[in-house]
Amino acid sequence: MSTNNPKILPSEITAETDYLRRREFLKIAGYSGLAIAASSTGSAALAAETELDTVTSEYSTDEAPNSHKDITTYNNYYEFGTDKDDPHRYARDLITSPWTVSVSGECDKPGNYNYEDLVNPHTLEERIYRLRCVEAWSMVIPWVGIPMRDLLKRFEPNSKATYVVFHTLFDPEQMPGQRRGVLDWPYVEGLTIAEAMNPLTLMAVGLYGKTLPNQNGAPMRLVVPWKYGFKSIKSINQIIFTSRQPRTSWEKAAPREYGFYANVNPEVDHPRWSQARERRIGAGIFAGKQPTLMFNGYAEQVADLYSGIDLRKYF
Amino acid sequence: MPSVRVLNLIKAAVFIACLVPLTKLALEAFGLLAPGLGANPVEELLHRCGKWGLNFLLITLTVTPLRRLTGLNWLLRLRRMLGLFAFFYLLLHFSIYLVLDQGLAFEYIIEDIAERPYITVGVTGFLLLIPLAITSTNRMMRRLGHRWKKLHELIYVIGTLGVIHFYWQVKEDFLEPQIYASILAALLMYRIWFRSRQKTSPA
Repeated sequence: MSTNNPKILPSEITAETDYLRRREFLKIAGYSGLAIAASSTGSAALAAETELDTVTSEYSTDEAPNSHKDITTYNNYYEFGTDKDDPHRYARDLITSPWTVSVSGECDKPGNYNYEDLVNPHTLEERIYRLRCVEAWSMVIPWVGIPMRDLLKRFEPNSKATYVVFHTLFDPEQMPGQRRGVLDWPYVEGLTIAEAMNPLTLMAVGLYGKTLPNQNGAPMRLVVPWKYGFKSIKSINQIIFTSRQPRTSWEKAAPREYGFYANVNPEVDHPRWSQARERRIGAGIFAGKQPTLMFNGYAEQVADLYSGIDLRKYF
Repeated sequence: MPSVRVLNLIKAAVFIACLVPLTKLALEAFGLLAPGLGANPVEELLHRCGKWGLNFLLITLTVTPLRRLTGLNWLLRLRRMLGLFAFFYLLLHFSIYLVLDQGLAFEYIIEDIAERPYITVGVTGFLLLIPLAITSTNRMMRRLGHRWKKLHELIYVIGTLGVIHFYWQVKEDFLEPQIYASILAALLMYRIWFRSRQKTSPA
């Protein structure tokens, strides 16, 4: 650790063990000696996938998680392209360290917080959650993260904060998909304050016991397991407490098809396809589809949030 | 006009070329070729067979304009093979949907066809292709006479339904369906133009 320049943050210094093992990392990542010489982003690639200390959680499912390969090569992250294999191909140059999150709006502790300040005070939990995409496929993912309520409480939202809004980084230089107007950039998502404070809601910083790969939303992303996957916004760099429901990105793109709540609900179909069943990734070519569960099987923890609400109208 | 022998060689070469997408698919399905079918192999199989079916439909529609532009009349002798390959890949596409995607659950299939417009359009297009496949033989051409040409003009409707099916199936990135729509539009416009030319200047 350098003591000469106090302005350098721990996250900017390669840990000694990582540094000594750098050629090992590069070999694992598949880079040849030539590629190292040509790559100007070697430091970004090395920073990914460091080991994390975690505790287990009662909220984890006992279903077997999907393979690391499936989780990291089948992604919807349009900032890097609209094909499922675009993110793992094109996200590797994204610089995720140093990382600053700007917190603003109806709260008493707004400001620019860096990754270390946000994450270090918390005990990281392993949360094995189901993820259900609106496209009718699903996975089981062993996330590592912080309960969102513990994180948000530190910013002291006031009584006017009835919604929390999140933004993804906007940087078309690093995110080639943002040069096309497929979605209105930057990606915006939001939750009601009650949804954000629910014990299930997670600010994920890792996957399979290591820091997040870029294509999965490094360095930090939301996970709301009872909603369709597009609600779980990636690479968050803004948190805003507001009193008005935000217009989220997919709502803007196709308001008849994607709503603010986006709760997993087998009884409310997408206008163009059914939501009654889903394909579990990794189950094999002959596995067929399985029934979709109300609130993706998390009804026990979240159904109360929506008692009395017409879920067909507020989809 | 090439000799019978050369023509047969050309036909054999085209036949083999038409099998390349299927061969690639099969090799990738068995993990013998990169990049493989990925984490969602059923979806990948479905999309690739559908796209190649549409590709061959469009290729079939380019035969006549190409023949007229180049004067190579023997190109017409390839059209049946190309059309039947379109039918073959679309048959695969439909079968994968029925068997691997829907698990032959007929209740869900009927609901899909009745309630999802993009599937209604797709199934209609495929069903219309069946009489064209059945009447593709020389015998059928002789039997139907002038009605054969009329029947096979259905390909314009089928191509259109196919592109609409693709357009309505896509989530939000409309670039590819738009490219297919543009190509189809050009191929249909050509025919409209050619017919109007025929009417105004009877040869």
